[in-house]
Amino acid sequence: MVEHRRFGNLLPHFVLIAGVIVVAFPVYLAIIASTHDNSVIANGQMPLYPGSHGLETYWNTIMSGTGKTTREPVGGMLLSSFVMAVGIALGKIAISIISAYAIVFFDFPFRMATFWTIFITLMLPVEVRIFPTYKITSDLHMLDSYSGLILPLIASATATLLFRQFFMTVPKELVEASKMDGAGPIRFFFDTLLPLSVTNIAALFVILFIYGWNQYLWPLLITTRDDMQTIVIGIKKIIDVKDALTEWSVAMATAVLAMLPPVAVVVLLQRLFVKGLIETEK
Amino acid sequence: MENRAIFSGRLLACLLVFPQLAISLIFFYWPAAQALWQSFLVQDAFGLSTEFVWFENYVNLLKTPEYYQAIGTTFFFSLLVVFFSLAFGLLLAVMANRNIAGVQIYRTFLIIPYAVAPAVASVLFIFMFQPGLGMIARALQRNGVDWNPVLNGNHAMILIVVVAVWNQISYNFLFFLAGLQSIPRSVIEAAAIDGARPMRRFWTIVFPLLSPTTFFLIIVNITYAFFNTLGIIDTATEGGPNGSTATLVYKVFLDGKAGSDLGGSAAQSVILMIIVIVLTAIQFRYVEKKVHY
Repeated sequence: MVEHRRFGNLLPHFVLIAGVIVVAFPVYLAIIASTHDNSVIANGQMPLYPGSHGLETYWNTIMSGTGKTTREPVGGMLLSSFVMAVGIALGKIAISIISAYAIVFFDFPFRMATFWTIFITLMLPVEVRIFPTYKITSDLHMLDSYSGLILPLIASATATLLFRQFFMTVPKELVEASKMDGAGPIRFFFDTLLPLSVTNIAALFVILFIYGWNQYLWPLLITTRDDMQTIVIGIKKIIDVKDALTEWSVAMATAVLAMLPPVAVVVLLQRLFVKGLIETEK
Repeated sequence: MENRAIFSGRLLACLLVFPQLAISLIFFYWPAAQALWQSFLVQDAFGLSTEFVWFENYVNLLKTPEYYQAIGTTFFFSLLVVFFSLAFGLLLAVMANRNIAGVQIYRTFLIIPYAVAPAVASVLFIFMFQPGLGMIARALQRNGVDWNPVLNGNHAMILIVVVAVWNQISYNFLFFLAGLQSIPRSVIEAAAIDGARPMRRFWTIVFPLLSPTTFFLIIVNITYAFFNTLGIIDTATEGGPNGSTATLVYKVFLDGKAGSDLGGSAAQSVILMIIVIVLTAIQFRYVEKKVHY
């Protein structure tokens, strides 16, 4: 980067190409496998180019779940995953932005206590308090419901912290000017603060959507009804490691469908995603 | 915290914090307290009566060899995952930080694993490593390796480490890249003028300047290896064979699911909570102050 060496740039290209191959190969193989017939995959002779069964496999996977067993169609799972991911993202953003607003711009008793009560929730991932959380969700009759899927996962302070940090950088003069114009707290929020936060909200949405879409343990525990299942859970039921009966083309088509939405979101909104990632974690 | 409180509507403020407080109390504090309480109780075999037993569950837990096996597994697994995902992430970030053609395309491809769910990543690798049909499994078998993660504990461990590292590389890559880009060019140019070769420049200047990023990533990666890999393990190995891939979190899940020993499972949860709290505290103590060695 400082010297000029004729072959100096070959090494980075070489390493990066190797990296891309390692990263992309499993995904490529899944796409290829989803276009071949099961028998071609099962005898271990699958070629590295696409086969001709792609449309058929995807159609069956989405609509009927192949019918060989009583499996749910993957289309329904996609819908569940989508509702859950969007619900978590929007829910978390909504509750966080208003609580951060109150904490930064309002003077009320127990303001700091409120902040710390929320802040501490950063400390424990849902995995370590999983069974008591399950029991409470069950006592509240929220098993097999979208509210049960979504609400316990939005109980965390990451987004609140991000908004709080951002709100602290909003110049005081802006608030005063807005007040002088006769704007109350609600108008200030909608007319001034919300428009300023649009990029933050969008970045957070990308991250939270992926967080929600990729959840494993929680949906596994609280969905007992097959039609509530998310695709990340569903995929485990399709593969069977212990015996050879797995329909690999269906399994790989499901994997591709499960990857498509989050990968698309990340690739299309790279810039926002990177911005949000670096802000939320640091 | 700076007080810029301008508005005084108390009722409105309470209404604004209410949803988050309510959700935190119901789905965070209540279950965390329950886990703590449960860990001091013993339930009879039929779940009819409970007895308060102080630390008996913890003592029993520390007497079981399986628990020590899980501690060892977790430690070994996390060490491998943290080391390899950081090393590859850093290597790729250093290369992608050069001003070379097509660097944006490389970056785009390299962030893909972040978006893939751990359980789905697991399925992709199971397909490649499935004995008899997977491409890599067959290549290994052709070369005389009797590859079988269902029977061989070491093979199962290798499988979940590979998946976990693959899944985590993007995250480390992005943070290292951001860290590298914040290092002023002038510092590196000055060293180059002093005659320091690229490798020397990297280890004596760039790497130390990256220490806050590295430290932050170590903590985040430990947390990842501990908790977020549950989907990988459950899909790829289910903790087997013979518990060789059952980490602490996976054991909480298995023991609690079987439902026979709620107190023991709760005690395990509490020990994990303490581990996370310690990790988070370290993170805030040092990372907030931007480590400078």
